[in-house]
Amino acid sequence: MNDLLNQIRLVADWLTSSKQWHGDDGIPHRLLEHLTYSGLSLLFAALIGLTFGLLVGHTGRGAFAVASVANLARAVPTFGLVVLVVTLAGLSTTPVLVALVALAIPPILINTFEGVRGVDPDTRDAARGVGMTEWEVLVRVEVPMALPLILLGLRVAAIQVVATATVAAYPGLGGLGRFIVDGLSRNDYELVIGGSTVVVVLALVVQILFTALRRFVVSPGLRVSASRT
Amino acid sequence: MIRFDAVSKNYPNGTTAVDELSLELAEGGITVLVGPSGCGKTTTLRMINRMVEPTAGTVSLRGRDIREVHAPELRRGIGYVIQHAGLFPHRTILDNIATVPLLLGWSRKKARARAAELLELVGLPSEMAKRYPNQLSGGQQQRVGVARALGADPPVLLMDEPFSAVDPIVRAELQAEFIRLQKELHKTIVFVTHDIDEAIRLGDNIAVFRTGGKLAQFDTPERLLAHPADDFVAGFVGQDRGIRRLSFVKAAEVPLREGPVLPETSPVARARTVDEPWVLVVDEARRPLGWAAVAGLPDTGTLADAPLAPLGHTFSLVGDSARAALDAALLSPSRLAVGVDAEGAVVGVADAYELSAVMAAAEAVAAEAAAGDAGADAPGGGER
Repeated sequence: MNDLLNQIRLVADWLTSSKQWHGDDGIPHRLLEHLTYSGLSLLFAALIGLTFGLLVGHTGRGAFAVASVANLARAVPTFGLVVLVVTLAGLSTTPVLVALVALAIPPILINTFEGVRGVDPDTRDAARGVGMTEWEVLVRVEVPMALPLILLGLRVAAIQVVATATVAAYPGLGGLGRFIVDGLSRNDYELVIGGSTVVVVLALVVQILFTALRRFVVSPGLRVSASRT
Repeated sequence: MIRFDAVSKNYPNGTTAVDELSLELAEGGITVLVGPSGCGKTTTLRMINRMVEPTAGTVSLRGRDIREVHAPELRRGIGYVIQHAGLFPHRTILDNIATVPLLLGWSRKKARARAAELLELVGLPSEMAKRYPNQLSGGQQQRVGVARALGADPPVLLMDEPFSAVDPIVRAELQAEFIRLQKELHKTIVFVTHDIDEAIRLGDNIAVFRTGGKLAQFDTPERLLAHPADDFVAGFVGQDRGIRRLSFVKAAEVPLREGPVLPETSPVARARTVDEPWVLVVDEARRPLGWAAVAGLPDTGTLADAPLAPLGHTFSLVGDSARAALDAALLSPSRLAVGVDAEGAVVGVADAYELSAVMAAAEAVAAEAAAGDAGADAPGGGER
C-alpha cells in the first residue's frame, strides 16, 4: 500500500516538475510529436480502410480478400514490422508511419466492411426500389447505418495507434515513447511510469472523444435502447 | 398501361421464375398477382421497376419499353412497398416519407410539407413525424411504407405482400384503409400476395400463377370464383368459393318477405295466423326487438308480453353483401336473416334457401356478361 502511494507521489512529482513542461524533452513537445505520428497514421489508415471497407461491403465482391488481408495484417507484430522497415528503409519517419498505418488498417477495414454488409437486405432493397443510385444507396443508407461500427473501428485503431506510437522512440524518433525508452535504459522508473501515465491518459482522452463523436453523429433511430411506444 | 409481352425470367441454375408471360394491366385498378410460393409473382412485380431484368420479352409502361429509362429514374416514378416496410432506421418518419421527393431534388421544406400531408393521408398522427421507425409498431411502419411510396404521387404503385407480416386484426384494418385510400387516389396498383382471400378482397382483377411461373388465369374475382379455368385454380381459390361468391352479390338484391314481421302491439292470436314457427317482433319504428317462438307464446295479450329470443345479427341492405345475409340466416335462432335499411328499420326476412336463389340469378347475369364480352374487355385477354 505504501509502495503504491509512494509511486503515485513519484509520478505526481515527475508530472508537475517544471522541467517536464519546457523544451524538446518536455511533455508538450513529445506529446505533439506523438500526436503527429498517430494522427498521420490514422488518416492514411482511414483513407485505405474506409475506401476498401465501403467498396467491398457495398458490392460484396472481395469479402474473402478483406478478411484474409485483415487477419494477416493483425498477425504481424508491430514492433517487428518497425524494425524490419527501419532495417530496409533506414532511420526516418516513414518506417514508423508505415508500421502504424499497417496496424490501424485491419480494425477500420473489417468494421467498415461488416457495418455495410450488415445493413438489412430489406432496407437496401427498399433504397434501390425507391430509386436511389448505387452511390446514393451507399452514402444515404449504408454509411449512416454502418456508422456505429465504422466509429468503433476508428476508435480501436486510434487507441492502438496512440499506444503503439511509443515504439517510434526506438529508432530515435521521439514521441511519448522517448520517456519510456530512456527511463528503461537508465533504470529511471520515475520516468518510465510518468511517460506511461501520459500515454494512458491520452488513450482515455481518445476513447472519450469517440464516445462524444458517436453521440453526435449516430442517428438516435439506430440506438438499440430506443423505446417502443 | 403495364404490358408484359412474352416475358421470361430464367436463372443460370436452370430455374424458370417466369415463363412466357403476356399480360396487360388496366390503368387505375388494383391487379393482384397471387399464387403459391415459387410461382414467380414477386419476380413479375419486380420486373416492372427493373429490380429484376427479364431474360426475354418486353415490359412496357404506358407504351414505352422500360429498358429505355434509366433504372433509378424509372423507380422514382413508381411507388414501391415491400413486406417488412424496409424503412430507413436512421431517418425520422417524416424524412422516410420525404425520401423520393428529396431524390427528385425538391427543397427540404417542400419535401417535408408533402411528407406531413402523406402522414395524415395514411392515418398516422402528426406526433409520429419526429419518431424513428423502431419506435413504431409493425402496422404503423407499414403505413409509413405506403406513405413513402406515395411520396412523389406516382401513377403506379407496386406492393409486394405489404400486409402479410402483421397480425390478422391489423391486416384487416390496413386492407380496409387501403381500399379507402384507393377510392381517393385511383392509382394503378400491382399487388402481390399468397393469400387468396386478400386477393379477392382487394383485387379488381386477379392473376393466378402456378408453380413454374405460368399464368393460370387472369380474371375478375367474381369470374375467378364462378368459373375457375382448371383444377389448379379451383383448388387454389378453395373449397368455399361458392360462399365467397356471395360477397359479390349486393344484399339489396336479396328477395325479402314481410310475412313473419309483426309489431309488438299485435295480439298473440295474430302471430299464430302467419304460419311460421318464429315471428320477428318490431317496435313502432320497425326496429327489430327479437324473435318470438310461436309455440311458446302466451294464450292471450300482445307480442310485447311474449318471451323473446335474441336477434342474432342483422344485415344491412345498404353496404352489406349476400354473404353477410347468409351468415345472418345461419346464426339466427329462426334461421331467418333480418334485412334492415340505413335507419335500422326492418325491410323483411329471408332464409338460406331463398338466399340461394340470388346466387342463381347472379350466376345467370355473370354468364350473360361473360358471353357478351368474351375477348373484348376480358382483362389481359388471350390467357383464358
